[in-house]
Amino acid sequence: MTTGPVLVVDGLTTELRRTTATILEGVTFSIAEGETVAVVGESGSGKSMLALAVMGLLPRAIRRTAGSIVLGGTDLAALSAGEVRARRGRDLAMIFQEPLSALNPVMRVGTQIVEVLTRRRGLPSHAARAEAIRLLGRVGIARPAERFRAFPHELSGGMRQRVMIAAALAAQPRLLIADEPTTALDVTVQAQILDLLRDLKRDIGLALMLITHDLGVVAELADRVVVLYAGRVAEIAPATTLFDSARHPYSRALLASRPRAHGPRSALVPIEGAVPTAGTMPAGCRFRPRCSLATVSCASPPPLHAAGPDHLVACWAVQ
Amino acid sequence: MMEPRDLASPAPWRRLLASRPFVIGGILLVVLVLAAALAPILAPHDPLRGNFRLRLAPPGPLHWLGTDHFGRDILSRLLFGARLSLAIGAATTLASGLAGTLIGASAGYFRRLDEPLMRLMDALMAFPAILLAMAVAATLGASVGNVIIALAVATTPHTSRVVRASVLVVRELEFVEAARSIGATETRILLRHVLLNCLGPLIVRLTYVFAIAVLAEAALSYIGVGPPPPAPSFGNIIAGGRDFLVTAPWITIAPGCAIIAIVLALNLLGDGLRDVLDPRLRP
Repeated sequence: MTTGPVLVVDGLTTELRRTTATILEGVTFSIAEGETVAVVGESGSGKSMLALAVMGLLPRAIRRTAGSIVLGGTDLAALSAGEVRARRGRDLAMIFQEPLSALNPVMRVGTQIVEVLTRRRGLPSHAARAEAIRLLGRVGIARPAERFRAFPHELSGGMRQRVMIAAALAAQPRLLIADEPTTALDVTVQAQILDLLRDLKRDIGLALMLITHDLGVVAELADRVVVLYAGRVAEIAPATTLFDSARHPYSRALLASRPRAHGPRSALVPIEGAVPTAGTMPAGCRFRPRCSLATVSCASPPPLHAAGPDHLVACWAVQ
Repeated sequence: MMEPRDLASPAPWRRLLASRPFVIGGILLVVLVLAAALAPILAPHDPLRGNFRLRLAPPGPLHWLGTDHFGRDILSRLLFGARLSLAIGAATTLASGLAGTLIGASAGYFRRLDEPLMRLMDALMAFPAILLAMAVAATLGASVGNVIIALAVATTPHTSRVVRASVLVVRELEFVEAARSIGATETRILLRHVLLNCLGPLIVRLTYVFAIAVLAEAALSYIGVGPPPPAPSFGNIIAGGRDFLVTAPWITIAPGCAIIAIVLALNLLGDGLRDVLDPRLRP
């Protein structure tokens, strides 16, 4: 499944404009065609920031200071704001956490998809309508021709998320960024949406960047995992490798903090403390204050180095 | 904020029809607008030609609502006056809506314009609206067009505040970001996604603007800076009857009641719309 990379992010660094505190630092990873890469980490680890940076939708208060974001051979970071806008929707699209608020409440859902089709793909309106209905059917909405005329408030959360996915796919992007796509949904609907994403990935070779803190979702869907901690990459590994033999102490702690489905019931194992906020980052390894393996060498930042085939870790304790 | 509703829950227009204030206000307004529109057919007499032998005649079979000091038929003047008063109200509403949307949306969406535009509106709001309208109308001179300008100037600041407040809320909602994520331009986002979602409070505000305009037109006419006589408007008729309040009270009572009816109708309509359009008041 690994042909050329669709997205290559290299050394991406962002900072707060006002205080010049760094948020993301030297984030490097790639996504191949048809591959699903999960970006995991606690709240505040910079997952959503990374998604917005790739989309070129960083809030005004934050700016990119270094690094490149190469999508299909073009460095998005070198393009003007207008050129990046022209690529959004066509080359890359995004689905959001809250299907409740991510659709315009006063427009029929069909219209919202048709808009993308006519404006981004240049379809005439009758063809766009037919295509929108086909897309609604494709994302698993029953009676799509009827739902085409529905307003968002008339649909359930799961259906709205399906509509969001249909709208995101309408312009046939190469890369889909999904920011916590299932967090706001209940468990059975979560499973359906994950199935849908898996089908789409298989059928149209979509590259998927999955932002999540739900390791269950990672296990379901991801080919590779990027573990982000306090804005730095802690570990990158194929999903199976990560679940079997995570090397970074933070990844191991994340995995250990999950509740167990089998075996005797045991107390959950939390990671003590919280992610440091921008501006209060410790020198050296950012996980040092919470790490049980911390030594003197952790006072300088650990580089990402190979810990196995296709497996990178940023930790002095891992050789 | 928004609760998901299933397909069985009533559509917005159904909920409007279930709202008593909206229905009563709506019927009242339709009757009044029809009366104004059909004035040439309904009016029993020429509103401008007086009968000097029947000056200040009390209500009777010939003149249902009596005559004024020129012997002109009050009912006919009232019907034609409704046309002018409603036209001034409608024009003011339109002007206030357009200017208020333009200013409020610019201030709310393009934050750099916020300070200059809103401080200007604050300066205008520092004057009581009716005083401001009087000042503008007195400066420009008495004519129908100037009355509309004066009332628009007086009502626009508040309208722009209403629009700005909604834009500030809506621009932060996730579907705006979602629209951006599929490459929509800023102008398009503002027009299609933001403004469309601000219509509710704006419509409610505009029904009140309409009512204020009808009332303020009467006030302007009363002090002589309204539409110039002999053209009948509610304000003009009341102003004409001022000197005969004791001897011929019907001259002022009839247009006074008409004004009450219109303002009541519009306020009821506005309340009904607000109940349905404002999600915070939804049960």
